[in-house]
Amino acid sequence: MIQETKIALKNAGKINPLSISEYQSAGGFSALKESLKKEPKQIIQTINDSGLRGRGGAGFPTGMKGRFTDEAVCHYCGPKYIICNADEGEPGTFKDRVIMEQDPHLMIEGMLISAFSIGAQKGYIYIRAEYSESIEKVKKALENCYKEGYLGKKLPGTDFSLDLEIRLGAGSYLCGEELTLLESLEGKRGYPRIKPPFPAQKGLFGCPTLINNVETFAHIPYIIEHGPENYRKFGTEKSPGTKIFTISGDVEKPGYYETEMGVTLRELIEDMAGGIEDGEDFQAAVLGGAAGTFVDESVLDTPMGYDTLKEKEAILGSGAIMVLDDSRCLFEMLYDILKFFQHESCGKCVPCRVGTTQLVMMMDQIKSQKNGNREEMLEKMKNEAEYMAANSLCPLGASPILPLASTYKYFKEYF
Amino acid sequence: MIKKLLNKYPPTKDQLLMILHDIQNNRPDNYVSVSDMKEVADYLNITLSSVYGVVKYYSMFSEEPRGRYIIRLCKSPVCRMKGTFDILNTLEKMLDVEMGETTHDKLFTLETSECLGQCDNAPVMMINEKLYKNIDAYKLSNIIRSIRSNQNQ
Repeated sequence: MIQETKIALKNAGKINPLSISEYQSAGGFSALKESLKKEPKQIIQTINDSGLRGRGGAGFPTGMKGRFTDEAVCHYCGPKYIICNADEGEPGTFKDRVIMEQDPHLMIEGMLISAFSIGAQKGYIYIRAEYSESIEKVKKALENCYKEGYLGKKLPGTDFSLDLEIRLGAGSYLCGEELTLLESLEGKRGYPRIKPPFPAQKGLFGCPTLINNVETFAHIPYIIEHGPENYRKFGTEKSPGTKIFTISGDVEKPGYYETEMGVTLRELIEDMAGGIEDGEDFQAAVLGGAAGTFVDESVLDTPMGYDTLKEKEAILGSGAIMVLDDSRCLFEMLYDILKFFQHESCGKCVPCRVGTTQLVMMMDQIKSQKNGNREEMLEKMKNEAEYMAANSLCPLGASPILPLASTYKYFKEYF
Repeated sequence: MIKKLLNKYPPTKDQLLMILHDIQNNRPDNYVSVSDMKEVADYLNITLSSVYGVVKYYSMFSEEPRGRYIIRLCKSPVCRMKGTFDILNTLEKMLDVEMGETTHDKLFTLETSECLGQCDNAPVMMINEKLYKNIDAYKLSNIIRSIRSNQNQ
């Protein structure tokens, strides 16, 4: 029976999330104090050595992002920025909300350490406006940090100070993508940017910007305090550390569970979430959200990690796990997901704008022809989605291929 | 009319979304009018079309008057599995409106939303800032009734 291993949620439920003194009593800000004694480059190296990968979904090495931002040379602009991506909108995902609601100071400490390491003096926390409780709690935590002198003035023994502000989204899924988020922060419509340049070179207002997910920032204090070797004791070689998995759908105890990377889907469903609801049988799980992959029972014993799942043509993504028992119609689920993309496509790239609509139309066609060649249609849809993925600017256009290709691989007979 | 509100913000374009939220939340009819948009555009020294474009792009903003209470029913895959559409039907009947419409008394506007990040409590909905978890027909009628009666007091 596996146990939870808590890094990002180490204080969750144990301390009053609004109290900075309780956070400090639980060891809060000691990692920051330790960091201030070090060379900024050393911190980036430590994070690099820890092998931490971005917890927002893409799994890009966090240390490398830090290094790129640190090394970015900008001749005409002054500041570097630090941004926390708290625009959690991937269906089935609610881990960032839990961190912000239960331990907002931890995320801020992670931001402070990262800002110090790259020399950023100004930062933003971009939260989706629907997360009213998270917004309130982060607001209060920021006030606490200003009052206690962690924000807004020079930290002891350094020339470093950081200002943080909350900015709100307004209901756009796409703004969770980092370049689109930057556009939104600048007060524009959420249209994706062409990359390169990456945010590390040319981010907010054209300046080098380090942008990480809430959960990623929440790991940084632990890494500084305990060292990269101890962090690497958790998880797998290629996906070190822990991960918050959010399990929903047909399970007995839907919820959030932080475990080591490399845990299996079966362990998560059975040991953590109490098994399939009402004693039904497992049919499928959707891993990683809407921009995620359908898997069948053959993946139940695969370790959950970025690379291990990739070998199975599945993704870890944001850590969302939506479980479907055998009474559920996979077809309906896929249809819902494709309709979601149709609704959220911003319309900038033609292949995505037209493609997401076409995919829904093709699904309608499959629906209407009861006994036609559905498998052939599914293959057509897969080809269409591949074309979209190759010809769209942002990850949204590259998303429909994930559920489609995985449905094709695991549930072809279903059609 | 919104001068006082605008003066809280530095006149830089990156404040646009924050300003629009503020305007909308301070209007009982929950929207941003074209004349508001003009004032915002002047204040930030940007074009009206760029303000309008932002209002139209983001689904939480409306350029049409809405009810005092915005109901946002989550229609993400998990909430759908757990019966969002039954809830939607019940709400439509209860309020005598269709999705997207406002009740005659201008109290409620019924909308749907993408994932609200509460999948462990599905189905969920928000009414303005407040979240309602694990909703069913019984809870729904209590929620709506209590808002209505508070309103009449």
